This record gives sequence, C-alpha cells and structure tokens, in this order.
Amino acid sequence: MLIRPIERLGLAVHTTAREYVEAVGLATRMFFVMLGLSPGLLRRPRLLIEQMHFIGNYSMLIITLSGLFVGMVLGLQGYYTLNKYGAEESLGLLVALGLTRELGPVITALLFAGRAGTSLTAEIGLMKAGEQLSAMEMMAVNPIQRVLAPRFWAGVVSVPVLASIFSAVGVFGGYIVGVKLIGVDEGAFWSQMQNGVDVWKDVFNGFVKSVVFGVAITFISLYQGYEAQPTPEDVAGATTRTVVVSSLMIWWLDFMLTALMFSK
Amino acid sequence: MQRKSVDLWVGLFVVAGVAALMFLALKAGNMSTLSFAKTYEITAKFDNIGSLKPQAAVKASGVVVGRVSRIVFDDKSYKASVTLDMEEAYKFPKDSSAKILTSGLLGEQYIGIEAGGEETNLKAGDRIARTQSAAVLEDLINQFIYSKAAEGKDSN
Repeated sequence: MLIRPIERLGLAVHTTAREYVEAVGLATRMFFVMLGLSPGLLRRPRLLIEQMHFIGNYSMLIITLSGLFVGMVLGLQGYYTLNKYGAEESLGLLVALGLTRELGPVITALLFAGRAGTSLTAEIGLMKAGEQLSAMEMMAVNPIQRVLAPRFWAGVVSVPVLASIFSAVGVFGGYIVGVKLIGVDEGAFWSQMQNGVDVWKDVFNGFVKSVVFGVAITFISLYQGYEAQPTPEDVAGATTRTVVVSSLMIWWLDFMLTALMFSK
Repeated sequence: MQRKSVDLWVGLFVVAGVAALMFLALKAGNMSTLSFAKTYEITAKFDNIGSLKPQAAVKASGVVVGRVSRIVFDDKSYKASVTLDMEEAYKFPKDSSAKILTSGLLGEQYIGIEAGGEETNLKAGDRIARTQSAAVLEDLINQFIYSKAAEGKDSN
C-alpha cells in the first residue's frame, strides 16, 4: 500500500532530473554549434551591426538613467555612513569601487536580461511559432547561423559597453550628489578615488565580469526562445524563464567571479 | 539611408562605451601610476613586514620611486626578503635605509627610503643593509605595558 506513492515519487524525481540533465546537454551542444558557425559572421558584419543597434542602442536609455540614479543613491548613503567616521573624503573611492566592481556589471546584466533578453526570447519564440525557422531550414539556411549567432555576439559585445557606461555615469551621479549638492571637497573626492581604484584589479575585472554576464544572459535568452514550444502560452512562459534563469545565473556567476578575482 | 543611420547609432554606442571605459581607467582609477619606466631590482630584509603587499609603493620623501615586486620568507636568515623594482631614473647611495611605513592611521603599508651619504650608488642585485620593520600594534602595547610596570617598580 505504501509502496505506490514512494514509487511515484521516485519516478517523478528520476524524470525531472533526467529532463534537466538533457536540457543542459542540449544547451551545451547548441552553444558549441553556434560558436562553430560564428566565423561566417565575419563575411556578413551587417547582421551583427543591426542586432547591436536593436540590443545595445535601445537599452542605453534605461542603463544610463539607472546608472545615474544608482550613483546618486550611493553618494547619498555613502556620505551618511562615512560622515559618522569623519571619512567623507573617501566617498569618491566608495562610489567608484562599488560601481566598477559590483553594481555596474550586475545591475547592467539584470536590466539587460529584462530589457533585451526577453525581447530576444520573444522574437525567436514567435519566429518559431510562425514557422519562420523551419522555412529557413527548407531554404537550406541554418537558423542557428542566420538568426542566433548575430544576436549572441551582439549581446556579448553590448553588455560590457553598457556596463562601462553604467559605471561611468554612476561615478558622475555620485559626484553630483557628493560634491555639488552636499559639499564634499572636490579634490579629495577624485584623489581618494584615483588612489584606491586599481585599473587592472577593479576596472578590468569588472569588465571581464560583464563579458561573462553578456555570454550567459544572451545565450540563455536565445536558448529559451529556440527551445520554446510554438504556442502562445509557452512563448510567454519562455520570456519569464529567461528573466528567472538569467537573474539566478547572474547572482551565482557574480559570487563565483568575485571569489576568484578579488580574494587574496 | 536606413543602413547609414543604423551604422551611425551603433558607432555612437561603441564610442560612448569606449569613452566610459577610458574615463574609468584614467579619471576614476589612476592609469598614470602604471609605469613602464625601466627598473632595477634591489632587495631588503626585514624582521617583520606587517601587512606589506606586492605592488606597494616605494617612496622617498613622499615621491613614488619604485614598487614592491616580490615578498618571500628567507629560511636561512629567518627574515622576510622583499624585492624592490626601483625606477632607473632614481639612484640612491649604498648606505641608504629602508623603513616600512603606514599611510594614514589605518592605511596601506609602503616602504620609505632614506638616502645615505656614501658616494657609490645602489645597483641591480644589491641589498639594502639597514632596515626598520613595520610597527606591530601588539609590540607597541607590550612595550608600553612593560615601561609602565618598570615605572611602577621604580616608584616603590
């Protein structure tokens, strides 16, 4: 009598685990197929440029505004805390380190997943539902090469560019609040920042982080779109999964990369 | 026409990104401290280096004249052996001394060099003979306690 539910539980666990492992295998294969087909892009850079315009330029407004406000909030909160210890001169350092190391790459990646990642998933999911991808295959055009690869590389290039803009605008936001509104000494603000921020350790590592995030988010978005069932329900579900999986992946990768890069 | 405007906007996007990165490298992080000047290596042995780290500055009269390149423990003399990359442009007499100093109250540690009076200069591979270790807070507290105890004994 008791055996039945246990058996059913075992079967459920077994099937789910198997599905996940299969999905990982499929994603890995798709990733390498896409990388293998990518050199073809060099002959048609137009495809990449168009996607960069679609993914990068259209995300710039939200990234710039968010960067400005995050920098301003950091400036304000940082000032309240540092002021207790009479160390408000270090405000520039706090804002710059916070942005270049962590907030710049991470918030950019999260916003990018929400703004560009979902649109990629929806676009490809709808192409699949409209049987455009199958039509391409019928015409001997490989959809992975023609549709996925340009979008992937456009995302990989755009995320670090956006993260750099985010951090730079954020530093400017911190400057406006700290120096112009509150009245921290301008010389100390910049000199403390320059003294403490290391170009290779902080700026470059932050850049590397954003490249990794770019690879992860763009690929997750494309995979979800490409593997979605061609029904309106599942295309909608795939965009949700893009945001959920990308966000979790960003936090996990961020933890791993921080542990690797900044631990002594 | 349509194509031209897409090119222009993508170009602007990339230029903005590169400009932001340059701003972070040059204005936020001081790229200009990254020096490609020729250097010569000298070593110095310290009883205790405190929390000195590779890449720490070597300063003379407050001016950066080199960087710490390597720190190893020498198991013959039981001391920390610190290798310094000194900039070629700056020469110091052979009897110069090296101290481990702290910038600010709780700041990073760096090496301060005080020039000696000898006529020959330090060259690659030389060792600074006179060194002064980092001030370790526990040692200072111990000294203070002992001196207070000694004072107490004298007054009795």
